[in-house]
Amino acid sequence: MPDIQIPSIDLGVSLQLLIIFGGAMVLLLADLFSGEGNKRIVGYIALLFVVGAAAAGVPYWDAPRSTFNGMLVLDNFALTLNWIFLLSTAITILISLEYLPRQGIERGEYYALLLFALGGMMLLAQGTDLIVLFLGLELLSITLYVLAGFAYPRLSSEEAAMKYLLIGAFAAGFLVFGIALLYGATGTSSLAGIANKLGSGLAADDVAFMLAGAALVIIGFGYKISMAPFHMWTPDVYEGSPTPVAAFMSVGTKGAGFAALARLLLVALGSQYATWGLILAILAAVTMVIGNVSAVAQTNVKRMLAYSSIGHAGYILMGVLSAGSPAAANRGIEGFLFYLLAYSLTNLGAFAVLIALEQRGEAAWSLDDFAGLWHRQPFLAIAMALCMFSLAGVPPTAGFWGKFYVFTAAWEAGLQWLAVVGVITSAIAAFFYLRIIVQMFMRDPVREISPSLDRNLMIGVGLAALGVIVFGISPTPVIDLVQGSVLALSR
Amino acid sequence: MVPVSYYVLLSAVLFTLGVVGVLTRRNALIVFMSVEMMLNSANLALVAFAQRWQSANGQILVFFVITVAAAEVAVGLALLVTIFRSKRTTDIDEINTLKG
Amino acid sequence: MLSDYLPILVIFLVALFIAVFVIVASGVLGPQRPTKRKLMPYESGMEPIGSAQRRFPIKFNLVAMIFILFDIEVIFFFPYALVYKRLGVFGLIEIGLFMLILLLGFIYIWKKGALEWD
Repeated sequence: MPDIQIPSIDLGVSLQLLIIFGGAMVLLLADLFSGEGNKRIVGYIALLFVVGAAAAGVPYWDAPRSTFNGMLVLDNFALTLNWIFLLSTAITILISLEYLPRQGIERGEYYALLLFALGGMMLLAQGTDLIVLFLGLELLSITLYVLAGFAYPRLSSEEAAMKYLLIGAFAAGFLVFGIALLYGATGTSSLAGIANKLGSGLAADDVAFMLAGAALVIIGFGYKISMAPFHMWTPDVYEGSPTPVAAFMSVGTKGAGFAALARLLLVALGSQYATWGLILAILAAVTMVIGNVSAVAQTNVKRMLAYSSIGHAGYILMGVLSAGSPAAANRGIEGFLFYLLAYSLTNLGAFAVLIALEQRGEAAWSLDDFAGLWHRQPFLAIAMALCMFSLAGVPPTAGFWGKFYVFTAAWEAGLQWLAVVGVITSAIAAFFYLRIIVQMFMRDPVREISPSLDRNLMIGVGLAALGVIVFGISPTPVIDLVQGSVLALSR
Repeated sequence: MVPVSYYVLLSAVLFTLGVVGVLTRRNALIVFMSVEMMLNSANLALVAFAQRWQSANGQILVFFVITVAAAEVAVGLALLVTIFRSKRTTDIDEINTLKG
Repeated sequence: MLSDYLPILVIFLVALFIAVFVIVASGVLGPQRPTKRKLMPYESGMEPIGSAQRRFPIKFNLVAMIFILFDIEVIFFFPYALVYKRLGVFGLIEIGLFMLILLLGFIYIWKKGALEWD
């Protein structure tokens, strides 16, 4: 029998992952041994691990390496994504700390589950093998099923979790079968291996397998990033989930799903751009139109944000698919990363304001709740206004630069019509974002609600709003960051 | 030797049955079983392809798919129990308070 | 080749025929004089008490779920058991870590009281 070759293992590549997963297990124990009614301490420990993991990544900038037989890499692309995910999780923890006790759903597992989900997201950013991508996606999804139902015994939360689980499991089926066909066509599960095999040509049968497999995998990821026509679950699930979880889902699953999709499309299937480019461009256009047009009709702000997040998935997809064209390879990735950062900060900020307005027991999230907010809580009103401007893409906010990058990428990739669709749908979107601003600044309060504004939530809102405006006024540091992240992905 | 294409054909048929099951059945338990069928049809294809290429990767993935499926079903059953406590039904069409 | 499997098919068909024949023949030929006692689930056994479809405690569900999860984890030991000698110390450390994480899960459910029956 031949000897088993044990691959050399570079723990540095998985250092951030190890910190997060180790942290999640420590949190489980901390939950067991911390007293009832004082779970906040678990949240603070979680925050500590997140900050630690972010710091642990710094020495690895500009030093791309891979390990575990090339299954896991840590290049600038993955590192930037990891930082975006860590930042999103930190803000999510901050805005949850007081929300959970206020809603009477304070349970220590919450933070452990958040860290497990974060680990799944980072696996998706770092994985370069279909097996790792599958595991990362499922780790993220299964923890999110639990988190969506975290407000039990509130029925709407349970139903949101059930709906998400049924849809998610269905999507997982497509994903696994797609992976099986891709593997069957090429004989390897590594993304680089698939690219090699496609470069040297396939038999006619295998080409059919490969195309079918790629389509199924894209459908599987399409559900996660709520790309039309696989988006129907999004508003229901976001509305029923606890608000911080909805915020986390809207930025987390999207970011991680797109990260994996980008690697898959650009590294493994880069040579097939002619096949998938146009199809995805059409889907991106449909996603933008459906998301933004449906959002106009919503009076429930939480549902409105859910529909708008579908629209934003279309814009992000625009960046990813433009990167497939050689003319815009770098532009597309830059646009994707910048947009993702801007969108994450903005959306978390907007959801955080919703949390401040949410009262225990009643959850209306009606547009009227925002009326006259400026007169009662100027801080919240300004933060919300910044987020709305950023989502609409109005300068000088981070959202503007994100849109600018993505549109130019599509233009350079020769998809002028897609950029035009993007501009038109942004104009439609501006209508419902500005409607909230009008409510806040120009109307009188309709009914009395007392926003609950604690220190942690303020920090969360402030952090997000500050990021939105600072990156909007001086985007140079972020541009440097994302431009450095591009080279790593180019083959 | 049975050719690989036979296995793939069988797994494609099973996969389609699973998809049809998810789309047409309304009982959450049966939907879970249909999803399980989709995953296991993929497992069959993976094992067949691993045999074709003489590589272990396909078989490794099968192990992970089995575990993930178990975790998914465990979460699903737990949710089903909590919903059943308040609604007394496992029909997914009646889980509809969120339709907007 | 596929034709190698022909005998298996023949045996399968013969078995199927015999099974169907026996069931049909006994149904057609046998005398049928049912009495109450004969129709009991266990003839001349215990008297059945209540319906078999009565509700049972939700605890069973929890225990069954925990069992499924830990049961499935065991499949990762099978490949290891096949090659543990050739993997040496490296494999031992890996499987030890795996066990440790499983143990953590076990401690968690234990302390949470999922194993208490009352």
